[in-house]
Amino acid sequence: MLDDFMVRAALAGIGVALAAAPLGCFVVWRRMAYFGDATAHAAILGVALSLAFSMSIFIGTMAVALLMALTVSLLSGRGYAMDTLLGVLAHSALAFGLVAVSFLSGVRIDLMAYLFGDILAVSRGDLAVIWGGAGLVVALISWRWSALLTATLNEDLAHASGIDPRREQLVLTVALAITVAVAIKVVGVLLIAAMLIIPAAAARPLSRTPEGMAIAAGLIGMLSAIVGLRAAFVFDTPAGPTIVCIAAITFLGSGVIKSFRASG
Amino acid sequence: MSLVQVKDLSVRYGARTVLSRVSLHVDPGEIVTIVGPNGSGKTSLLRAIIGAVRPIKGSVTRGRDVTIGYVPQKLHIDETLPITVARFLKLPGGVTGAQIDDALTQAGVPDLSKAQLSQLSGGQFQRVLLARALIGKPDLLLLDEATQGLDQRGSASFYQQIEKVRQDTGCAVLMISHELHVVMSASDRVVCLNGHVCCEGTPAVVASAPEYRALFGTGTGGALALYRHEHDHGHDHGDHSHDHNHTEAAE
Repeated sequence: MLDDFMVRAALAGIGVALAAAPLGCFVVWRRMAYFGDATAHAAILGVALSLAFSMSIFIGTMAVALLMALTVSLLSGRGYAMDTLLGVLAHSALAFGLVAVSFLSGVRIDLMAYLFGDILAVSRGDLAVIWGGAGLVVALISWRWSALLTATLNEDLAHASGIDPRREQLVLTVALAITVAVAIKVVGVLLIAAMLIIPAAAARPLSRTPEGMAIAAGLIGMLSAIVGLRAAFVFDTPAGPTIVCIAAITFLGSGVIKSFRASG
Repeated sequence: MSLVQVKDLSVRYGARTVLSRVSLHVDPGEIVTIVGPNGSGKTSLLRAIIGAVRPIKGSVTRGRDVTIGYVPQKLHIDETLPITVARFLKLPGGVTGAQIDDALTQAGVPDLSKAQLSQLSGGQFQRVLLARALIGKPDLLLLDEATQGLDQRGSASFYQQIEKVRQDTGCAVLMISHELHVVMSASDRVVCLNGHVCCEGTPAVVASAPEYRALFGTGTGGALALYRHEHDHGHDHGDHSHDHNHTEAAE
């Protein structure tokens, strides 16, 4: 079954959707959308470094993404507004990454594959990495779920319940770095943030509890991956962007449902 | 045995000292109110007690097995986060449905468990926060300007609820408030804070203390009048001889 590249692609998309759903909810709740973007953009620098030192792309991108996320956390509240800081870091990381890639004369790399993903070229090994990483992210977030939610609601409330909000922030940061590293093959660095935010945002009007929203986001993400792949096959369009398009259409749909409910 | 004992506490943010050598204790069953102008370190003091800020000097000691319920100043629930009141109250874990109903009833909002948190009015929201603080059966309730944003009637009824909770459960209350007139009548003890403890004692003692007047001016005459007719004060203030070069009036 895994011999079929379409099956492998679908499984890869589902894996990424699974990891992105609960994490994406926190990204939306905590207004970290740009933070996710910055972390993802930094990953291209990770790609360049991995190729230069012939490391695994997964390890390289994860290390750089983690470094980026930690730098942002460290620098926040030191005289720059968060969006300015993220704007500077995200785009400079992307630019430095692209420049670094151009120095790699020996290796020919398909930059497009890293910017927009190459889901149809997912190998069995990639699949193992994606599902391993996704499993880790889901496990990490489920384990810390209550603490993460409390810290998201209010930091002092968390302190009063014996929860350290900085530790929970770190959990999210690590989860984000892992997600970026596993999603790079599927949607590429430019669209990772889309897979985090769009399914979660589409799930919002349909949910009454945080858990419900995470599950709905997961379903929407998986649906987008499967339908998107099929559409890409039929219309001969790039797979990663098509998946994101389907997610965006779902978002539109749930927005319409919401406004109908509000008026009816 | 005090529930919580704050001793010589100093807190600093960067180069700014917000609290210096503050000592305070809360005994079982009493209602203690902290008053003070903006920036006087009231919130920092509560945050130090719950462990959210680390003091540079001094200590906060909780009695053995003392549980604390905390009601934050204002909690902004992002519109993007769907959560029902019941789910919110269940967050600490191990909470049963009956406990949720009890806590909501105690807080005076028995029918809200299915409501969305982001849809509540200001008064309902503060009561849900109170219910959350009550659910762990606290020995000490900490309230940080819990009535901010409520109108006068709303806040008066909120404080009545606090008084009732104290009667029913016997828990002690340590609260911060801006509303001198309401708070003064509901407290057993008042601590006037401005970076340090200016004065403390029963509401009547504090209301007539020169340190308190230096901070709040005579504009709060209405609040003070409540006590003036009852108390012909001839108390002395021991050796309170720190300087009071601050003269800002209360809002």
